[in-house]
Amino acid sequence: MAEIADTALSDNRLADAKRLHEARATRTRRFLLSPAILTIGIVGLFPLTITMIYSVLSPGTYGGVTWELSGEAYIQFLFERDIFDDTLTFSGSYLQIYGRSIGLAFVTTIGALLIGFPTAYFIASKPREQRNLWLFLITLPFWTNLLIRTYAMLLIIRDEGIINLSLMGIGIVEQPVSILYTDTAVFMGLIYSYLPFMVLPLYASLEKLDFRLVEAAYDLYANRLQVLRRVIIPMAKPGIVAGCILVFIPGLGAYITPELLGGGKHLMIGNLIALQFGSSRNWPFGSAAALILMAVVMVALLVYIRNAGKEGARHG
Amino acid sequence: MPVEPSATAGAGKTASSRTMISVDRVTKSFGSGNHLVTALDDVSVKIRENEFFTLLGPSGCGKTTLLRLIAGFELPTSGQILLDGEEIGHLPPYKRPVNTVFQNYALFPHMTVAQNIGFGLEMQGKPKADVDKTVQKMLAMVRMEHLAGRRTDQLSGGQQQRVALARALAPHPKVLLLDEPLSALDLKLRKEMQIELKRLQSETGITFVFVTHDQEEALTMSDRIAVMDTGHILQVGDPKEIYDRPARRFVADFIGDINILNAEMTAVKGDVGEVKLASGATITARLSSASVQPGSVSIAIRPENVGLCGVEDAARTAIGTIENAVYFGSGTNTHIALDGGGTIVARNSGETGAPGERVGVILPDRHLQVLID
Ligand SMILES: Nc1ncnc2c1ncn2[C@@H]1O[C@H](COP(=O)(O)OP(=O)(O)OP(=O)(O)O)[C@@H](O)[C@H]1O
Ligand SMILES: [Mg+2]
Repeated sequence: MAEIADTALSDNRLADAKRLHEARATRTRRFLLSPAILTIGIVGLFPLTITMIYSVLSPGTYGGVTWELSGEAYIQFLFERDIFDDTLTFSGSYLQIYGRSIGLAFVTTIGALLIGFPTAYFIASKPREQRNLWLFLITLPFWTNLLIRTYAMLLIIRDEGIINLSLMGIGIVEQPVSILYTDTAVFMGLIYSYLPFMVLPLYASLEKLDFRLVEAAYDLYANRLQVLRRVIIPMAKPGIVAGCILVFIPGLGAYITPELLGGGKHLMIGNLIALQFGSSRNWPFGSAAALILMAVVMVALLVYIRNAGKEGARHG
Repeated sequence: MPVEPSATAGAGKTASSRTMISVDRVTKSFGSGNHLVTALDDVSVKIRENEFFTLLGPSGCGKTTLLRLIAGFELPTSGQILLDGEEIGHLPPYKRPVNTVFQNYALFPHMTVAQNIGFGLEMQGKPKADVDKTVQKMLAMVRMEHLAGRRTDQLSGGQQQRVALARALAPHPKVLLLDEPLSALDLKLRKEMQIELKRLQSETGITFVFVTHDQEEALTMSDRIAVMDTGHILQVGDPKEIYDRPARRFVADFIGDINILNAEMTAVKGDVGEVKLASGATITARLSSASVQPGSVSIAIRPENVGLCGVEDAARTAIGTIENAVYFGSGTNTHIALDGGGTIVARNSGETGAPGERVGVILPDRHLQVLID
């Protein structure tokens, strides 16, 4: 009897100790998370809230806002208001800017993927000791300010730049090829700026790729292209997804590159927003434009994640 | 552990004498300069059609390298490899009718069991209906029908093994290469898979080249065995030959338990030699090669072939003192210090003497083998 009671008692104690331990673990976890939560709260949610509020106020005459509720900013996004009779007519000019931005960001993402994939594969197939050097070289541009790098790009591609001088020097072209202040220039600049964001996650997933699976595929009559399509790409999918998100989203909101290399001729979303807070002095519209951009990105991501989830479930 | 060469080796479809793979003076080196590693050194071997051929040897002797050369993952530094009479040295792996079962299985984690098995056929461009039919057949063959839709990371080790086998057999290659396919399995499963492998080999009639460092596995499963050491093939033969007539000291040592005695060879008479033991007795022992010259030699005899008798018995070859007797269930190992030097182990199932007792030792001529170092 005494023995049984003892066991019961120690069982109880054990459960108590376990509960205590778990509670402590939870507290530790919360404590460790707090810097992240604070940061997100202060630098993320707080400005976002202000943006939301501003977007439904009215513009002040010299910038800023007046505290007068208005949905005008959102209406303005799609319609033009006649100054005289206040009638609304549909206007697609802002949508066009969004469309071009999305297109350019998309093309940039595809371009970065096409250049980044072989690069990442190359690094991942190097001996382990050499990989860090290559990764260092990939991140090297980050050591210089983006503005300066973009100016450097400008110097290279302008009519009197290295590219044109050498092309004319060799005699391939008579007249300089105008690249600067075109969509091509913006595209080149964006790819250049965001390539590392593509290469790094791709590398991370390719590095984990079990090369024996590649050998197994070769052994089973898959040629190089089939191995790439059927084994390497599916296995690198998490890296491809991460890289595309990391290039597409900042590409969509890019400001410096289109401003400098596009010459401000072709507005992108980032420039449109900046303009509203600058010379246009329409803060509510700038806020609304920013929020609409965010909504587009979030919807795209949600659709993507839902699909990816379904696919995962189908495999599982 | 006592090892009996399997009586069933070679059962089922018997190997024909046609050569399927011919490895001709192949050398393979890795690295260069100071870091040069010669994994295979001038290796030649012929593997026959339909046979269960085993590469046996210790870790690092070059077994995997030889398989990878046949599969096409590596190119020989020199020498050539013929498959069914055709030079294949220049072909990439996907153009060789050879499939591999990898040591860690290397199943595709993003595909189901059925997709894994069908992969090779699909890559060969077989019509979908044919692929599905063969996959069903293969699933039945390895008894995995119920798991066709599973992802491969949700399988046990034994199940993964079966999928790997089915995947490699599905395209019906001329040769199946197996690199220590059973080493990750526990003992019981391993015994089951050994039987399964033999069954698959005789059912399909495909030439199997099997790598192992487990001599017991090699002896029970193979039609023929090549014993390897440090980049060389030392001896090729059927299990009985390898066990009963080891040509070299390394082979004798590596396979089963064996006594090795130092002796003096006085004369060579055809394929036997006249040998004088340290005890003074003169015996005749078989020679594995005509190149053995008279002089000091090593002779080998399996413990189960060593007989014991009374000290005065006329049949005795030598006399010694029992050091100890170790009972192991099905028999006893008696360790005897021989007069004139050396110790010998005799294995028998009957009574042996107590430590300190004097005994006569019988070494029958037909079981004595002169070894090459
Ligand atoms: N890619 C390589 N680069 C350098 N050396 C290698 C390479 N592959 C094998 N070797 C060397 O070649 C020798 C033979 O290796 P191999 O893998 O063929 O041995 P093994 O018999 O399969 O051994 P184990 O039983 O351990 O698998 C070893 O010394 C090994 O270090
Ligand atoms: Mg090996």
